[in-house]
Amino acid sequence: MVSIHVRRSSATYWTFQWSECYPKYKQVKKMGKELQVAALKNGTAIDHIPTEELFKVVTLLQLQKLGNRITIGNNLKSNKMGVKGIIKVSDKFFREDEINRIALIAPNVNLNIIRDYEVIEKKKVTLPDEIIEIVRCNNPKCITNNEPMKTRFEVVDKERVVLQCHYCELKITKEEIELK
Amino acid sequence: MKTKSLVSISDYSKEDILRILKAAATFKARPNRDLLKGRVCATLFFEPSTRTRLSFETAVNRLRGRIVGFSDASTSSSTKGESLKDTIMMVGNYADLIIMRHHLEGSARYASEVSPVPIINAGDGSNQHPTQTMLDLFTIYETQGRMENLTVTIVGDLKYGRAVHSLIQGLSHFNPSFNFVAPDELKIPDKYKTFCDKLKIPYREFTEFSPEAVNSADILYMTRVQRERFTDLMEYEKVKNIYVLHNEMLNGSKENLKVLHPLPRVKEISQDVDDNPKAYYFQQAENGVYTRQAIICDLLDIPME
Repeated sequence: MVSIHVRRSSATYWTFQWSECYPKYKQVKKMGKELQVAALKNGTAIDHIPTEELFKVVTLLQLQKLGNRITIGNNLKSNKMGVKGIIKVSDKFFREDEINRIALIAPNVNLNIIRDYEVIEKKKVTLPDEIIEIVRCNNPKCITNNEPMKTRFEVVDKERVVLQCHYCELKITKEEIELK
Repeated sequence: MKTKSLVSISDYSKEDILRILKAAATFKARPNRDLLKGRVCATLFFEPSTRTRLSFETAVNRLRGRIVGFSDASTSSSTKGESLKDTIMMVGNYADLIIMRHHLEGSARYASEVSPVPIINAGDGSNQHPTQTMLDLFTIYETQGRMENLTVTIVGDLKYGRAVHSLIQGLSHFNPSFNFVAPDELKIPDKYKTFCDKLKIPYREFTEFSPEAVNSADILYMTRVQRERFTDLMEYEKVKNIYVLHNEMLNGSKENLKVLHPLPRVKEISQDVDDNPKAYYFQQAENGVYTRQAIICDLLDIPME
């Protein structure tokens, strides 16, 4: 197998299969565009992830359980953010409810849906009205921490990310969110 | 089909509250009826309580219902490690209604989701105790003859007192004005002030138990200042005698003023207030029976006329 290593920054190398991406690579190079998104043939690229949240996003999306080819880049240069993280997952198109979980910890990420090397859709993540099972209630006396049951939170403030436990009614802010 | 339950005072709309208050008045006039004949009510008190349990059991007994249950978790199957869900599912197959008190917050909401019969929350930790709020509202309605435009002064532990928080929520439908009287350590949490602000409910905050707070009130709602709530015991020593109501403090109060207290009272109302006709806390506790009769019949869709 022939591979190409592209050095993106001092921190990260990306690896692609030569045969797969070479034609597009030539085309992209000619156009002077970034390689990082176009190099994915089909799948989802999650861009503009705050670097400190990158691995939480991996956990939230349960990427460790996927057999798909996944490229993770962190501490990449970003005009908007200074540094950022990117995750690219081949041949995976997330359901809305799966992907919207990310909004809990990284509300400003961009999603690029890619088919045949082209970005065919750009999406923003949005917090759902209700979050089931992903977040732990911070109240040790809450029933959800004492019974084998799912947690359930209403999103009471989407902008500032404030959740309220459906059971004990405790409100938790973005900084206090603990994933299950 | 989802059954009706009463878990939180916010489950009741203004119309629901008024309907229950009117029904409670009919039970006060005639508390002994056959409305629950042939029905079984379960009282599951995972946490001990005297007043609430006896009041519920009196309510059911006076309506000729039967009661099963326990008054202490040590005599229940939860000590064997049974989950709350399993206990509720089992009892829900025996009884027509479950009245439960539990030390864990949110337990009543969860029980209402898994139970095949209605649940009445008789207190879930420091979260909700909606029947206390309903009996407070009924007592206000009974003594004032109206619910709208009343000035309510609340004194004592406004930070942790769940009765206080639910009372604010319950009264919010009726255009009230509040005076909040509390030491700095126990003042009303910001979220309740924001709640009042949003609904344009006027309130004033006092750190002194001043004559103004008493004399402007239609209802004076006293609560206990508990020693264990203070991080600084010096602070407790400073304030423990300040938030005590003495009889002479009522001299300049309104004619229609009534003094309420969710009980148990310790020292925050001195004994000399008991003989003042404005003292109404024992009648308030009695009203718990009638209010609970109304709530039970309402949840079971039993006609009350």
